[in-house]
Amino acid sequence: MVDLNILPWLVPIAPFSAFAIISLITLLLWFVRTGVLGQEENTIPATDHHYGGHHPDYNGMRVPYQPDWFRVFAIVVGLSGIVAALLMSWTLVFSALNEFGAGHFGELHEETAGEVHEEEHSDDAFFTFAEGSIYGSRVDWMDMGDTPLTVGVMVDPLNITLLFMVPLAMLCIFVYSIGYMAHDPRQAKFFALISLFAAAMFTLTVSDNVLTMFVGWEVMGLCSYSLIGFWYEKKSAYKAAIKAFTVTRVADVVMLIGIVYLYAVAGTLNFREILYNPEVIEMIGATPAIILGGWGISAASLIGIFLITGTIGKAAQFPLHVWLPDAMEGPTPVSAMIHAAAMVSAGVYAVIRMYPLFSGLLGDPHGGILTSPLMLMAIIGSFTALFAATMGVVQRDVKAVLAYSTISQLGFMVAALGIGAYIAAAFHLITHAFFKALLFMASGSVIHAMEHGEHHVHEHNAHGHDDHHHDEQEAVDVSEEHGEHGDHHADDHEAHPHFDPQDMFNMGGLRKNIPVTYYTFLAGGLSLAGFPLITAGFWSKDEILAESWNGLLNGHGAHALVFVMLALAAFLTAFYTMRQIGLTFMGDHRTEEAEHAGLGGAGDIISQTMQAPLIVLAFFALFAGFIGVPTDFPIFGAIFSPEHNYFHHLVVYALPYLERNGHEIFHVDAPPFRMIPVLTSFVVALGGLWVGYLLYWRKPLEKGQEDPIIGILGKPIYNTLLNRYYLDDLYDMIFVRPSQWVSKKIIVLVDKGFIDGVLHATAAIFTWIGDFIKVMNAWLIDGVGDGIPKGIWNFGGTLRKSQTGRIQQYLLIVLIAILVIGIFFAVISGAVFAQ
Amino acid sequence: MIPLWMYLVVSAALFSIGTFGVLSRKNGVAVLMGIELMLNAVNINLVAFWRYRSPLDVDGVVFTAFVLVIAAAEAAVGLAIIITLYRNRHSVTPEEAATLKG
Repeated sequence: MVDLNILPWLVPIAPFSAFAIISLITLLLWFVRTGVLGQEENTIPATDHHYGGHHPDYNGMRVPYQPDWFRVFAIVVGLSGIVAALLMSWTLVFSALNEFGAGHFGELHEETAGEVHEEEHSDDAFFTFAEGSIYGSRVDWMDMGDTPLTVGVMVDPLNITLLFMVPLAMLCIFVYSIGYMAHDPRQAKFFALISLFAAAMFTLTVSDNVLTMFVGWEVMGLCSYSLIGFWYEKKSAYKAAIKAFTVTRVADVVMLIGIVYLYAVAGTLNFREILYNPEVIEMIGATPAIILGGWGISAASLIGIFLITGTIGKAAQFPLHVWLPDAMEGPTPVSAMIHAAAMVSAGVYAVIRMYPLFSGLLGDPHGGILTSPLMLMAIIGSFTALFAATMGVVQRDVKAVLAYSTISQLGFMVAALGIGAYIAAAFHLITHAFFKALLFMASGSVIHAMEHGEHHVHEHNAHGHDDHHHDEQEAVDVSEEHGEHGDHHADDHEAHPHFDPQDMFNMGGLRKNIPVTYYTFLAGGLSLAGFPLITAGFWSKDEILAESWNGLLNGHGAHALVFVMLALAAFLTAFYTMRQIGLTFMGDHRTEEAEHAGLGGAGDIISQTMQAPLIVLAFFALFAGFIGVPTDFPIFGAIFSPEHNYFHHLVVYALPYLERNGHEIFHVDAPPFRMIPVLTSFVVALGGLWVGYLLYWRKPLEKGQEDPIIGILGKPIYNTLLNRYYLDDLYDMIFVRPSQWVSKKIIVLVDKGFIDGVLHATAAIFTWIGDFIKVMNAWLIDGVGDGIPKGIWNFGGTLRKSQTGRIQQYLLIVLIAILVIGIFFAVISGAVFAQ
Repeated sequence: MIPLWMYLVVSAALFSIGTFGVLSRKNGVAVLMGIELMLNAVNINLVAFWRYRSPLDVDGVVFTAFVLVIAAAEAAVGLAIIITLYRNRHSVTPEEAATLKG
């Protein structure tokens, strides 16, 4: 039996290994192909086969060479990684639930609450601890001053909910990607990247400290960048990738500052050590902040605001929401992954995880006392929920509607966190992940089907019918067939509007073409709309409304704001969901493409892999809500929550038990059942659905008919909403253009003026020095070098004159020398004898 | 009895004459003859010192015998050189054999 304390380490490693294996083999293939086989490039010209529909620009391009066996290999490896992670995660989840008894975890927890129960720090690298968390282990990572920085993993009541949801949703996304990316020449790369993404999400989920959580957070940011820009040949795709990366970077830097500040104040980054120590929380709360500390802002507030800024960026809250709609440029499985199952949820998860830090000991949202981070979340969340919902109402792109609904639903969660309803937020996080992943993938099926239809129409037209809809594919197809006329056709297509397979107004009647997608989309859509009683979305949304109503009854302003804003947002949500379903599936086919839309029939592997995950997710989108039914809810409470609200009763123990002013701060009871919030849920959901039904379902739009919403809102409002309140243009004006202007100025002043100036000056100085040395070289070095041999030469020339070659002369010199020496010695010896 | 210095004066005169001959004669054969005179001056010196200083030892006479032998050998080699020189240059003048001039 595996040690369950160690097992959480392995969860992220499984998909990471898949990533590593696929990447390394790709590299190996490249070496073999370019080195051994001697191919000049590792690319082949794109053929019509590569036209997967998603990426029209592949025609006439060179694409990476990817043998079929390698495509299959990458799929198998990627799936193995995620399945391994799923098995390990679920082992952890079910062992945890089993060991402590679902719903009874709390009783055992309360016995051990407060006592720090850590085993001795043995010589082994791993040591286990069981205080609040069910499983976990830690390892010293590096020494930082006196205390080693430890990193570790843990499984506690909060993240087992994620460990259940994330691998399941991810597996569905992986399976879906087999079909969706089936013709993409970079499918292996795609699987490598989503594996890395999954690894990062698991890292974030299981880590027991802020630092490794942040590592997972950032790796997801990187993956989202490369996945949103996966089709980087499209200008819009790489621009969206850069936008997403830059906007979240702004938030992440602030968050990193918060983490550093937290470490500076608390001396540790471990969740348990910070959050389970009232002393630490109190100390952080009592320390004045380094900036604005004089105005009564505590370190906890400042850290909280910094960390929440990270969440605002990652969970796409106002004003940093602008990246998310653009991120729809990525392949649809990526949208499901980033915007439903993983990344955006990570922001909310991080806040729930560190909730006591934000709330502090002074804050008591249930008593109406909101600390500044909580207040910030309540305002931003509720505003974003409504704000994004209004934009969702007018979108034409099937995925854009979902993008705005994602922002809106995340606003629900953030607002719930702001009013202290962290359990409701966690609940909505889980249900939202299921139904939104479902909706994204179903919309991906719709798009795929539409592209199929589009392709069909083109092939049809290419064989003689040249009546309408020239676009890129056709132009290129035709040009391939009739070589010399290609240019003419390419020019021709510029004049015609490009067919957009994502535009809902080109669809209609798709329920006949793709029934499985239709029914699953319906399930997901109703769940998103919060259709009463039988969908998961209803229960989670209802809990948020119930919590805020509870506060409103006690006369707390923030709760009232949240209640009103969220109720309005929920109404709009139901409306635009119905509008989307009506436009996409109802009525008659509005275009020829829609008429031929399809996924290839029940026997087709693409059809199967793309629709089977939908069915699995539809199940959870409908029924996942029953784990969190309020106990005293009529009938349903008795069926599903006879003892207590299971979800509530589980997650509540993720936070420490702390009593203050006579009531618990974190271990709040589930809100009591009240009629008004439930009725509100009924009214807004059914009302929104009914209005949508009236406008788009009962009388489905005819071909060419204008969107009835334009008539209701009026053209100016419609345009404002469609243009996202001109916020992107505003950012463009405030941030992008000035930074471009500054960049240009910097190019002129700093780059060309200063840096180039310094470089040129340096170059001039060194040229001068070089010239100087050159002169010195010629003068000194060469002078010495040449002078010595020249002197020797001259000396020799002088000396040679003595060599007359006349032997008698030599002898005469010898004689004279002997005489001189003899006389010299004679004189000396004479002098000696004289003494 | 004739005193020693007389022998030495004769010997010195003979040596000087020989040296002068070596340095001044143009004919190579005459130069060789000058060398013979110098060697014989040395021989006179040796014999004179032997006779007047240590007549009981034999080393002075033996040394003189060595010198005579060397003189003979030297004359043989010198004459051979001169003959070879003559063959090559048709001249026996040492001044003209100045190939080693610098």
